[in-house]
Amino acid sequence: MITLEMKGISVKVNEEGFMLDANEWSKEIAVEIAREEGIPELTEAHWKVIDFCRQYGMESGNAPTLRTITTRAGVSTKELFSLFPKGPAKKVAKISGLGKPEGCV
Amino acid sequence: MEEETRKIAFICSKGTLDMAYPALIMGWAALGNGIDVTIFFTFWGLDLINKKRVDHLEIAPVANTSMKMSMMGVDTGNLGIPNIMGVLPGMTAFATKLMKNKMQALDVPPVREYLQMLADAGAKLYACKMSVDMMELGMDDFVEGVIDIVTAGDFMDMTEGAQIVFI
Repeated sequence: MITLEMKGISVKVNEEGFMLDANEWSKEIAVEIAREEGIPELTEAHWKVIDFCRQYGMESGNAPTLRTITTRAGVSTKELFSLFPKGPAKKVAKISGLGKPEGCV
Repeated sequence: MEEETRKIAFICSKGTLDMAYPALIMGWAALGNGIDVTIFFTFWGLDLINKKRVDHLEIAPVANTSMKMSMMGVDTGNLGIPNIMGVLPGMTAFATKLMKNKMQALDVPPVREYLQMLADAGAKLYACKMSVDMMELGMDDFVEGVIDIVTAGDFMDMTEGAQIVFI
């Protein structure tokens, strides 16, 4: 376990950088993690995805797979990959304070 | 210094329903992890991108030693589907329906939709020139997302430094 310090807030993450306790998440933390992941600013479109992931994660205990996001959050595959370029599966889960997605699709 | 992006390339040479999925599933996972994906469709693999064939891919029980009776929900252990039964009319359609139902239950999209997802996510899809010539096909025969018809040499050029998976 590693503790990540960001702007005075500390959160527990695993070796890969996924938060261990989804309840420690806040919008401020999301902005910081996003910056570390190469997304300088979170727009309304990003929040639409993150909000869906948070809701899904808190209900199911898992991070949604990409297909779950594209079929249920009203975001197309193209849009999702342009909002979170170079590996949206991990990036979205990290920014939403959830673990690594477990499904294959 | 920017980190070099990992690259992976799949060669799809089979046109059966079961062999359509490995590249789609691994390719999708790769794209989700930020890996560059190229897929080269050759020989029977062209069926996967052929508009007229993609929705009709099948799996045949004949000579398929992994397909057991128990997959149909009958508790028969390791008893296989006898080849003599597999040749009966309708058996291939039956096995295909069975597999499609199982995939659907797992929320795995059909091949056509999966290909579109991969293309939308940035996978580069190519058809093999020699196979295309042999089967007398053209770009018009292929689903959206296929970029071009290329030679084996072109494929080698465009996959320099990539990990290559032959299916």
